Amino acid sequence: MATADNTADRPLLIRQLGAVALSAIRESGEMSLFAFDMLIWLVTRRWRRSVLVACLYQIGVESIPVVLTTGAFIGMVMAVQSYDQLRYMHLETNLGAVINISLVKELGPVLAATMLAGRVGCAMAAELGTMKITEQIDALRVLGANPMQYLVVPRFIACVTMVPILTVLADAAGVTGGWFFSTQVCGVDSHHYWQHTEDYINWFDLLGGIVKSVFFGGATALVACQRGFACRAGAEGVGQAATQAFVYGFVAILAIDFFLGILLNAMYPLVGLMSTGLN
Amino acid sequence: MIESQPLIEFQGAHRRFGAQQVLRDVSFTIHRGESVAIIGESGCGKSVTLKLMIGLMAPSEGAVLLDGRAHASRSEKELTTERLRFGYVFQQAALFDSLSIADNVAFGLRQNTRLAEAEIALIVRERLREVGLPESVCALKPAELSGGMRKRVGLARALALAPEIMLYDEPTTGLDPIMSDVINELILQIRERRPITSIVVTHDMITVGRTVDRVIMLYPLARLAPDEPQIIFDGTPAEAFNAADPRVYQFVHGQAGERLLELAMK
Repeated sequence: MATADNTADRPLLIRQLGAVALSAIRESGEMSLFAFDMLIWLVTRRWRRSVLVACLYQIGVESIPVVLTTGAFIGMVMAVQSYDQLRYMHLETNLGAVINISLVKELGPVLAATMLAGRVGCAMAAELGTMKITEQIDALRVLGANPMQYLVVPRFIACVTMVPILTVLADAAGVTGGWFFSTQVCGVDSHHYWQHTEDYINWFDLLGGIVKSVFFGGATALVACQRGFACRAGAEGVGQAATQAFVYGFVAILAIDFFLGILLNAMYPLVGLMSTGLN
Repeated sequence: MIESQPLIEFQGAHRRFGAQQVLRDVSFTIHRGESVAIIGESGCGKSVTLKLMIGLMAPSEGAVLLDGRAHASRSEKELTTERLRFGYVFQQAALFDSLSIADNVAFGLRQNTRLAEAEIALIVRERLREVGLPESVCALKPAELSGGMRKRVGLARALALAPEIMLYDEPTTGLDPIMSDVINELILQIRERRPITSIVVTHDMITVGRTVDRVIMLYPLARLAPDEPQIIFDGTPAEAFNAADPRVYQFVHGQAGERLLELAMK
């Protein structure tokens, strides 16, 4: 009888926390349904090749410069930050191992995915959001096309395939940048730099980073497309969709990174015998 | 010649968006071959009615029937097929920004037919010519066209699949009087050339006077008592222009009436 009154009497903080929790549960549910729907369309219908090629180009090729630049600077920054620490311990020749293992296992995949969540995720959410509020998504349905099949599936496939490739490029740029600064500026011996790299990094480290990036790409696409489809009217709605695509996408990347990190660490001893190392 | 089985039927349709109700217990029928205008103030649920008709939205309560069968009883695949019987001209044209004009008009043909590209190109040119656009616009993007041209491309796209029902959502809104007249003339020509059923959502009374033979007027729920029907008029355009109900008369003649008193009281 007095439910409404009781709710109003509760302290503001509790009401706000409750509202945030309910909103989070609702949005998680919406995201799960969206992902399920997308997966159904992914496996049951033919992909739209013309749209897919455009997405591959937009997401993959057009992201190469920013990913290479980011990767190279990460490698060099790692060298700048680590060199002095290692030099005090007379371990500067280990710089290669420190930089490269951080890059291929963690920084390369996470930062490449973060860059793409910013560059590609925001753009996708804004584009789909604009399409929604200008009734282009309704127009697709009127003309017999399913928006999930036509708009979301190609973007998901493009992200899942392109983000790992971009991660490899970011890794390569970072490794090159780190090597350049360590050997050409800090004067670390190049032979020992690579020798320590080979001693500490194996194929599983490299593969783990690439596997992570597949999930990062999928999460970026799903979050961005769902936010675009849920876009509210007006310029403010589109702006909000783009911001949420980045923020939610970034949080998803970090959460996936955490859980996959635990999983991959648990698998490490199991595949230890199979890993041959880079040497 | 009007058949006994209605083509489109609303049976006590309600539509709510969260706590806001837009349509309440709306019932009417439209027969094959009719040309109907749905008029009313902004926010009274005209565009929502159109989207319920084509199954882009589902009613919160009640039913919308096409050829005697409720949309709700159809699978998504069946509904997609049924939608192809409609041509929909959107309020802001809703052209696909990333595609050229030719690709926009060809979209439905590529999506739903196995026609060769040469045949599709021919149909695209024919439809553009029908709405008075030159072939030179084919390669342009929607952003490069004026509002009137975009509307006409939207019309050409809607006609490409030879629909049997045309839905026009405010076809002349935002256009200058000359271009509005061009669009009205096109709506008439389309009716003359094809056995088509037209439903026009508009608040442009020139469009109503020129293009339709029946008018349905919806009234905003915020201004109605709980037991009042939302459809306040259903008749011919001539009857609408001479309606005894002051709400209908004032709307079709563009008279603010007691609304000015409401403003003065605020």
